[in-house]
Amino acid sequence: MNSDKKEKKKEAVKKVIASMTVGKDVSALFPDVVNCMQTDNLELKKLVYLYLMNYAKSQPDMAIMAVNTFVKDCEDPNPLIRALAVRTMGCIRVDKITEYLCEPLRKCLKDEDPYVRKTAAVCVAKLHDINAQLVEDQGFLDTLKDLISDSNPMVVANAVAALSEIAESHPSSNLLDLNPQSINKLLTALNECTEWGQIFILDCLANYMPKDDREAQSICERVTPRLSHANSAVVLSAVKVLMKFMEMLSKDLDYYGTLLKKLAPPLVTLLSAEPELQYVALRNINLIVQKRPEILKHEMKVFFVKYNDPIYVKLEKLDIMIRLASQANIAQVLAELKEYATEVDVDFVRKAVRAIGRCAIKVEQSAERCVSTLLDLIQTKVNYVVQEAIVVIKDIFRKYPNKYESVIATLCENLDSLDEPEARAAMIWIVGEYAERIDNADELLESFLEGFHDESTQVQLQLLTAIVKLFLKKPTETQELVQQVLSLATQDSDNPDLRDRGYIYWRLLSTDPVAAKEVVLAEKPLISEETDLIEPTLLDELICYIGTLASVYHKPPSAFVEGSRGVVHKSLPPRSDSQPCCECALTPNPSHSLHPPPPPLLPPPVPLPVVPPVTPPLSPQMGGGSGSFAAAPSTTAPTNMGAPLGSGLGDLFDLTGGVGTLSGSYVAPKTVWLPAMKAKGLEISGTFSRQVGSISMDLVLTNKALQVMSDFAIQFNRNSFGLAPAAPLQVHAPLAPNQSVEISLPLNTVGSVMKMEPLNNLQVAVKNNIDVFYFSTLYPLHILFVEDGKMERQTFLATWKDIPNENETQFQIKDCSLNADAVSSKLQGSNIFTIAKRNVEGQDMLYQSLKLTNGIWVLAELRIQPSNPSFTVHPIPENKWRRVRR
Amino acid sequence: MRLRKMIHSLFLINCSGDIFLEKHWKSVVSQSVCDYFFEAQEKAIDVENVPPVISTPHHYLISIYRDKIFFVSVIQTEVPPLFVIEFLHRVADTFQDYFGECSETAIKDNVVIVYELLEEMLDNGFPLATESNILKELIKPPTILRSVVNSITGSSNVGDTLPTGQLSNIPWRRAGVKYTNNEAYFDVIEEIDAIIDKSGSTVFAEIQGVIDSCIKLSGMPDLSLSFMNPRLLDDVSFHPCIRFKRWESERVLSFIPPDGNFRLISYRVSSQNLVAIPVYVKHMISFKENTSSGRFDVTIGPKQNMGKTVEGVVMTVHMPKAVLNMNLTATQGSYTFDPVTKVLTWDVGKITPQKLPNLKGIVNLQSGAPKPEENPSLNIQFKIQQLAISGLKVNRLDMYGEKYKPFKGVKYITKAGKFQVRT
Repeated sequence: MNSDKKEKKKEAVKKVIASMTVGKDVSALFPDVVNCMQTDNLELKKLVYLYLMNYAKSQPDMAIMAVNTFVKDCEDPNPLIRALAVRTMGCIRVDKITEYLCEPLRKCLKDEDPYVRKTAAVCVAKLHDINAQLVEDQGFLDTLKDLISDSNPMVVANAVAALSEIAESHPSSNLLDLNPQSINKLLTALNECTEWGQIFILDCLANYMPKDDREAQSICERVTPRLSHANSAVVLSAVKVLMKFMEMLSKDLDYYGTLLKKLAPPLVTLLSAEPELQYVALRNINLIVQKRPEILKHEMKVFFVKYNDPIYVKLEKLDIMIRLASQANIAQVLAELKEYATEVDVDFVRKAVRAIGRCAIKVEQSAERCVSTLLDLIQTKVNYVVQEAIVVIKDIFRKYPNKYESVIATLCENLDSLDEPEARAAMIWIVGEYAERIDNADELLESFLEGFHDESTQVQLQLLTAIVKLFLKKPTETQELVQQVLSLATQDSDNPDLRDRGYIYWRLLSTDPVAAKEVVLAEKPLISEETDLIEPTLLDELICYIGTLASVYHKPPSAFVEGSRGVVHKSLPPRSDSQPCCECALTPNPSHSLHPPPPPLLPPPVPLPVVPPVTPPLSPQMGGGSGSFAAAPSTTAPTNMGAPLGSGLGDLFDLTGGVGTLSGSYVAPKTVWLPAMKAKGLEISGTFSRQVGSISMDLVLTNKALQVMSDFAIQFNRNSFGLAPAAPLQVHAPLAPNQSVEISLPLNTVGSVMKMEPLNNLQVAVKNNIDVFYFSTLYPLHILFVEDGKMERQTFLATWKDIPNENETQFQIKDCSLNADAVSSKLQGSNIFTIAKRNVEGQDMLYQSLKLTNGIWVLAELRIQPSNPSFTVHPIPENKWRRVRR
Repeated sequence: MRLRKMIHSLFLINCSGDIFLEKHWKSVVSQSVCDYFFEAQEKAIDVENVPPVISTPHHYLISIYRDKIFFVSVIQTEVPPLFVIEFLHRVADTFQDYFGECSETAIKDNVVIVYELLEEMLDNGFPLATESNILKELIKPPTILRSVVNSITGSSNVGDTLPTGQLSNIPWRRAGVKYTNNEAYFDVIEEIDAIIDKSGSTVFAEIQGVIDSCIKLSGMPDLSLSFMNPRLLDDVSFHPCIRFKRWESERVLSFIPPDGNFRLISYRVSSQNLVAIPVYVKHMISFKENTSSGRFDVTIGPKQNMGKTVEGVVMTVHMPKAVLNMNLTATQGSYTFDPVTKVLTWDVGKITPQKLPNLKGIVNLQSGAPKPEENPSLNIQFKIQQLAISGLKVNRLDMYGEKYKPFKGVKYITKAGKFQVRT
């Protein structure tokens, strides 16, 4: 490599690169390779650049040696070399180098050659990723915005791409300030730039909110030609823009119909591409047919499964077939599904059988046909086909009760071959539900009872319910059987769900058989095809993400993408005819779409009217009322870990107000939790505190009623950290009207745990001699910070490094004028410990640790800028609340 | 620090699971990330069934399978997966174009060029130059002659001037193209995708057509291609060079072509009555209960073939697992049965209507195995020269902008695409 001959040098560097490509570490050669950089041979230069990009990070000091050559190359008369130099510099993620990059970059952004300008535009995005502050200070963002008006479409496209990327990490900033003028420029550039540029521009257009339906239509008109592009990513991005803006067009408009027609062919064409592309296209089509079934309603046949499609394509096609099934095409669909049920792939066959059941539920007219198809399949005696068929027939019974019971006999013939829990449970459900029409129902159920303890929970529960149903229908002959199952469930089982259900039945049957009948044999809600549709607000959000990973996973990006805390939730624009005022179209989507409610769940096979799991004997304090602690509805929406933490820390820093004491942790002033209006005169206000290791709930009970209150008791619902009262609520004397009493209720964290939304939500029930009252409150998280939350310095360093990026969140705390030491001691009062402190360029950095009662560590970095009295906090929950083993 | 980048890294993996090339556009991602891919591959059993999008705790893996190579890209943020998949296919196309084949050996032999190409194609996740015309100006493809010359003169295979097409409004064409013989060829290639049910009626059929072009014309020719029956083309995807407005208004393909080989348009004809099915298959495949054997009898014949010869006929059948071997006689061509993969291949050749090709005989099952439930599908391949089955016909080609008279040619061919007959 140190040879004088250019050729030899080049060969040597090539060999180094070749080793690099197979993953060998050749970083030891760094100085020698860098020496070859000063050359006028372009190929050699490129090779050295390639090498530099790979290894500069591990050898930052050496990389500095290369800076001069870079700066010189940025002035080279050859635009190719200028562009290459600025591009490579941007890829070297070494802080020291970025400082030298600014001047050359500024020149290149204004270079006379568009090739250099477009390369420089991308470089701004790279630099922003390394040092965002620098980019803002240097004014590069404004230069980038100016490039949107560049005369060259490639430069425009790259500027848009760079700005979109930067904007993603700054959701609040108004970087891509889209207005009709800039939109017009983008649309012009759209026609002229490369396919990749078109994707960037289309994705950017999709974020624009047209001011009225006229503007929406004119944008749509200019985007539709993209549907004929050969690049499928361009097509899908165009589909996204159209699907979104279509929402604003009135359905009566001729253009609306035209647009619908234009959307079908490109979507179908995507299905003739390579299987990988087909897969992504199908996942998106699945969303589109749910949103606008009319687009593809005549294209059923293109979703017919080909024998040699990869399995992932087959399963997606099947799903879309069901969504498109209607009375008009059901015959064809059923014939296809029956064909698929004889294929080789077991997973696919199972799904095909289930699909037949879904057809029956979706298209009422086809139910009979579906049932007979299923019976045909049962006749094949192929084990897994029979089992799937029985599972779906159960659903058909639930949709069309008392219609197809004639097939029960055939089903019973296959009883012995069922070995999967789901199929067994389905069969038992059928027997129980129609016990009065099956002569030997008791024998059938008894046969299952023999191996009761070897069955899965699903089957056990089902068997218990089925026998109880049987007993209620034919009480005389089945007394013994029901006794047997109840004792199996309550005495011999250690499964709490089973035991509870057993006890409930037992109690019901022994106290009030009539009520038991009403409960157990109650009329069940019918199931409908809606159960497998995506919930509408989520669907609308996903439509805005057509073509992205979100559309493949059918989840909003906030649910799974790393570092998505900045993700802005998108929503479809309102339809213009329903929303005449323009301002409405511009208001951001309401926050309730952040956490869409979970899709309606299937009603449980046995509809137990909301009976909570209460185990007899009932708790004495609560006076044995039946189900006084009805389980509060829980949501399954994804929890944003940042939010509760944020509020908790915000409170801590709210040091000006409140009764913060230096010795103990911060205590918020009491607030009213339960107004007297809602609790027949009982008003409860309170707060939480933590003192020397014990948590307490400080309550003030006020009697605003006219009668005396007594017999107080309190209970908590299950919550995220298992908070529970450590002692009963002690109110010694009865509470006279207009009297208050202050109580400090000690709490512990050994109660049952259930994740709440928000995380720090606590649902409380309070009882007195008048009634039971419910309220919910949010507890500050810092009451859970334990005293031994000071992490070892070494452990801290090691853990800090290992924290994955996605666990990092940060926010600012404004208007807090304390110095580092005061902060440190204040925080220590709340068990947030300072592990290290350092001063970087005039900023005080504090490294903090804290531990929660359940053993989760949170590490944080505090940056205190003296000039600007604000704090930057990076709480870093360990790997999504991964527990650290101690 | 979050990393925002479309394609973070690329790994090339062969069928036996060796990573034989890796390229990182930013920091190095450890090879161990591919373990998730291998896991999925193992689960999928068949290489073709590996899901194209796999999520891992910190990354997404988006992959394509081309020419026995997995192109696995590592993604860290929300990206359009189609964008990535399209790009990966473009990378594979480029290798094919440069090395004549996209194979592990070819890539390993040209590893430095591959690296230079990848660097040129993507910058910070933004595709840079993916047009073969532009790439070839930046990095010259390897030829035996050039490598000999290079080693003597010390010149390089990296171009040192800015590619001319890169920033013009027609990025697909370079300036200064010169040929002694000016020629323009168009191949109209149509593939029939069809599912025929056991009774012989068509469940589904459509035509996937493309017009591939080979244009060797000097200067900046401006071409117009018109059809006798442009109405057939209602679902089309165009090469970026085509002027969409002209097509919308006049149904004429007007364009300044790229230099060399490229796909001008692809189209789809789906309306059932336009899709002729050029062959029929008579079949009888049955398994007898308890005898461990079955019968196989298949005849292929021509129909709706517009008087042209159906040739290159090959039938492949995936037989059920229980099949041990097959004892067949072919009246024409030869057959093979692979007892491991259970694939029966019958290379029929040309169909002569006077004597229809037939393959029949005995199927032996594993003794004691139950009668197979599934009905094997017959996959048929064939070719018909000088025919576009949709009836599409080129009317004329006009050239503007240049003075010379080019040689023009159009060729038609119809093939079977995914053509399957259920039994």
